[in-house]
Amino acid sequence: MAGLGAQSAPSPFTQQPDLADRYGIIIPRPPDTHKDKTTNPKVGAMDAILLQILNGLDKGSAYALIALGLTLIFGTLGVVNFAHGALFMIGAFCAVTLQRLLNLSFETIDETQTDFLGNALKVKTPYVEAWFGPQMGGTIIDWAVPLAILFAVPIMVFVGYAMERGLIKHFYKRPHADQILVTFGLAIVLQEVIKYFYGANPIQTPAPEALSGIVNVGAIIGMDIVYPVWRIVYFFFSLLVIGGIFSFLQFTTFGMVVRAGMADRETVGLLGINIDKRFTVMFGIAAAVAGLAGVMYTPINSPNYHMGMDFLVLSFVVVVVGGMGSLPGAVLAGFLLGILESFASMNEIKSIIPGIDQIIIYVVAIIILLTRPRGLMGRKGVMED
Amino acid sequence: MLGMNKNDTTMLLLVAALTMLAPFILNPFPTDSGLAQFNAGYPDLMQRFVIFGIFAIGFNILFGLTGYLSFGHAAFLGVGSYSAVWMFKLLAMNVIPAILLSVVMAGVFALLIGYVSLRRSGIYFSILTLAFAQMSFNLAYSVLTPITNGETGLQLSLDDPRVLGVSQTADGSIPVTNLFGLEMRSTFEMAVGPWAFQFNAGYYLCALILLAVFYLSIRIFRSPFGLMLKAVKSNQQRMNYTGLNTRPYTLAAFVISGMYAGLAGGLLASMDPLAGAERMQWTASGEVVLMTILGGAGTLIGPVLGAGFIKYFENIFSKINESVLHSWFGALPDGLEDLLVTLVYPFVGKGWHMTLGILFVLVVVFLPGGLVEGGQRVTAWIRSKKAGGNKPTSTTEPAE
Amino acid sequence: MGILEVKGVNKRFGGLQALGDVNLSVKENSVHAIIGPNGAGKSTLLNCLVGKLIPDTGSVMFDGQSVLGRAPYEINQMGISRVFQTPEIFGELSVMENMMIPCFAKRDGAFEMNAIGSVLSQKDIIAKAEEMLKDMNMADKRHMNAASLSRGDKRRLEIGMCLSQEPRLLLLDEPTAGMARADTNNTIDLLKQISDERDITIAIIEHDMHVVFSLADRITVLAQGTPLVEDEPQNIRGNPKVREAYLGESG
Repeated sequence: MAGLGAQSAPSPFTQQPDLADRYGIIIPRPPDTHKDKTTNPKVGAMDAILLQILNGLDKGSAYALIALGLTLIFGTLGVVNFAHGALFMIGAFCAVTLQRLLNLSFETIDETQTDFLGNALKVKTPYVEAWFGPQMGGTIIDWAVPLAILFAVPIMVFVGYAMERGLIKHFYKRPHADQILVTFGLAIVLQEVIKYFYGANPIQTPAPEALSGIVNVGAIIGMDIVYPVWRIVYFFFSLLVIGGIFSFLQFTTFGMVVRAGMADRETVGLLGINIDKRFTVMFGIAAAVAGLAGVMYTPINSPNYHMGMDFLVLSFVVVVVGGMGSLPGAVLAGFLLGILESFASMNEIKSIIPGIDQIIIYVVAIIILLTRPRGLMGRKGVMED
Repeated sequence: MLGMNKNDTTMLLLVAALTMLAPFILNPFPTDSGLAQFNAGYPDLMQRFVIFGIFAIGFNILFGLTGYLSFGHAAFLGVGSYSAVWMFKLLAMNVIPAILLSVVMAGVFALLIGYVSLRRSGIYFSILTLAFAQMSFNLAYSVLTPITNGETGLQLSLDDPRVLGVSQTADGSIPVTNLFGLEMRSTFEMAVGPWAFQFNAGYYLCALILLAVFYLSIRIFRSPFGLMLKAVKSNQQRMNYTGLNTRPYTLAAFVISGMYAGLAGGLLASMDPLAGAERMQWTASGEVVLMTILGGAGTLIGPVLGAGFIKYFENIFSKINESVLHSWFGALPDGLEDLLVTLVYPFVGKGWHMTLGILFVLVVVFLPGGLVEGGQRVTAWIRSKKAGGNKPTSTTEPAE
Repeated sequence: MGILEVKGVNKRFGGLQALGDVNLSVKENSVHAIIGPNGAGKSTLLNCLVGKLIPDTGSVMFDGQSVLGRAPYEINQMGISRVFQTPEIFGELSVMENMMIPCFAKRDGAFEMNAIGSVLSQKDIIAKAEEMLKDMNMADKRHMNAASLSRGDKRRLEIGMCLSQEPRLLLLDEPTAGMARADTNNTIDLLKQISDERDITIAIIEHDMHVVFSLADRITVLAQGTPLVEDEPQNIRGNPKVREAYLGESG
């Protein structure tokens, strides 16, 4: 089923040759495909461990953000959303779209420049540069990805809202298997729509010039750990979003009602509060979280139409490990599994257990599911069987 | 007949007729007509129809009867394919031992994975199977390369031992798969006027096996074992308090359906002796879910119809490109023609998966019984029309 | 020595003592009712009898054998059948199929891989299921989907399914909860008839005093997880301790 995203990488994090070439940094890879630089004798063991934790944090950020959205939807609406990966992907393509919009250009003939035949050259000028001047315009184009956050939020909320009202609300009372099936179908449709408009190839979406370099984060503690700036940005961005969601749920009346509804939907309904309406809004918010995760992920991994499906399986595993319906569990498990995965991809570990980096997350998930069905922080009575 | 009631016998005969006459049914257009490209009666495609039919029949024994939704069944198909190719490499090019080993190996894998996964139900079961399948896929791609040949896929080579056969034929090429000398690729072409029909040995082998396993699935559906599986789907609590241990029942169903998947994998490799890890990916498992649901989960003939439907339209739709569309709408005024082409184009050709996804969503929302339920509704509607607008009397199917 | 002997059973949920030193003896072929106010531990006790919960201490003996640590299906195979508060039947299957499944369980045990022979060739099972349907006055509904039955019919079907296993002890958990008066009376009549005609012990948990006093030979009153009184119905009626347990300290 090639069109559904076959040929994709075993893990979305392991095949990023372009990134490695650009940054010259260490990324876990499938064995035998590339040399892993952690064996560099200049890098000490301590540095290597810290580096793996860092690597894990940025992977974990993506896991945590997607799993958070999945859990919000599951906890509020009781729906198992297989289309959540597609929301992540749509977010990424919001960034692509904005970048293309900003690069829309008109052509002028520049008499001062000529090609080798002496004809005047055609020069493309983006509208943005024409409007704001080359300096300002260039900066705006350069900062397309962060700007896409503003662009993506309303779009994602709308997409989420439309999904919930149009399709998913009819499935609240149907079995989980039906929910899985219908959202799986929806995910296929969404990714095919994106494929139709953007093609099947990954689209390069660079980070702003200022944030695309590397930095020696180890310098603070007197070590030598080189790390891409954007990944640090991504980590702090995800902390910001996670913090935002938690404080929203904690400190606003709206959030309080939603939390009460997650704990006991019927009672809140009896109090005369229209909980369904709030849950619909939460679906929109969850979609926005997934979308933002996607927007900011684009410089790390060039977006393609099946990136959603690639992430989906892992995010479900994260949710299950964290505990179905537990928001802190989802975040914790996201970071934990991210770090675990990057440790498993160290050569020292792989030489002991070959292939462990490929399966570590699944092995952990299987063990957790069998020994602790509620997950790390799952609430009692939520989908326990 | 054969221990079946009249309806089941009719159904088996229908499937037999469809599969045996497929070379005719699927080649309705004369070879020189413009529509000939929509003929599906060539060996390669026909083989895939029946092989995926077998896969879906097996999946339905698990999902249709017990309600356990596995998202990892493609792993067993992959295991079957690898086993078969290894048999061709080590033993001989005869397909019988290869297919047997595929079924056995898939059964062993299903027993292990099922034993663990079935300790949980509902969404947890789905995620466990998903995790196992992705694990197998990742391993096949990486550390198991000596067995699976990684990304390249497992293929035959000239220096394979083939202890009961020959490493290479007299003219120095790799021998082909056969059934006691009958080459799987041998095809007899029959020309009738402008039509050409192809009869392929491999296809008929697959078709006969499909009939056999379809018959087996009818027997399972109608057996006490099948009744117990339906009871598992309906109410596990009551099962337990009726003195029945649900786990061996579900495990048996899981293993049987895993063996069906292994058989399908073995047949795929027997028709074309190579095996790749992408056959095990979870989206491949998703495809068999689509087939079964689209046809009608829990019905006997549904999965066969679903597999045929998806594989057929995948073939037809993906061949419709812009120029074909223009030729179809060519008689219309230019503006209208372009408009129609623009509207239809996203859903055909490479957009086939979009059509499939939409179709699937529509089926899950409006027609949970799949094509079979659709057929029943249409028949009921026609009957009620014939009966002069009288409402059809609603009776549930008798138990016997 | 009763057929069911509960001795010194304790069960805690966190800080809550759900059952405290419960002793109970159910005599063979009697109808034994367990009553008590909400939260008295009736359901917890029942769940300890059928293997859904394991008591912290104490023993539960059925016919001289311990049931503790066995799975529900094993306990059922020993001869204990359970009727649920909301009828638990196979909704998607026909009434006839519902009745055949326990017949298979009785004949073949907890697991039997009979995947080739047709259900229709199982003449003994069919005959037995038919007979039970007749006994339950449901023979005319045999082809109906079990989910489409009325509440009262679902209850009859469930009881019939339990009886077709020929259990020695039938446990009923508030069998008339949520039923209309007519249905309740029908159920009482059915249970009376079963107890008179069959060689069976019935233990019933019930809220409805009308049901309890029409059926029971013996009554145990549970309060706050401990048996308060065990006696014959006429002595329970006027017992001040029972009134107090039901109406609170003030009453």
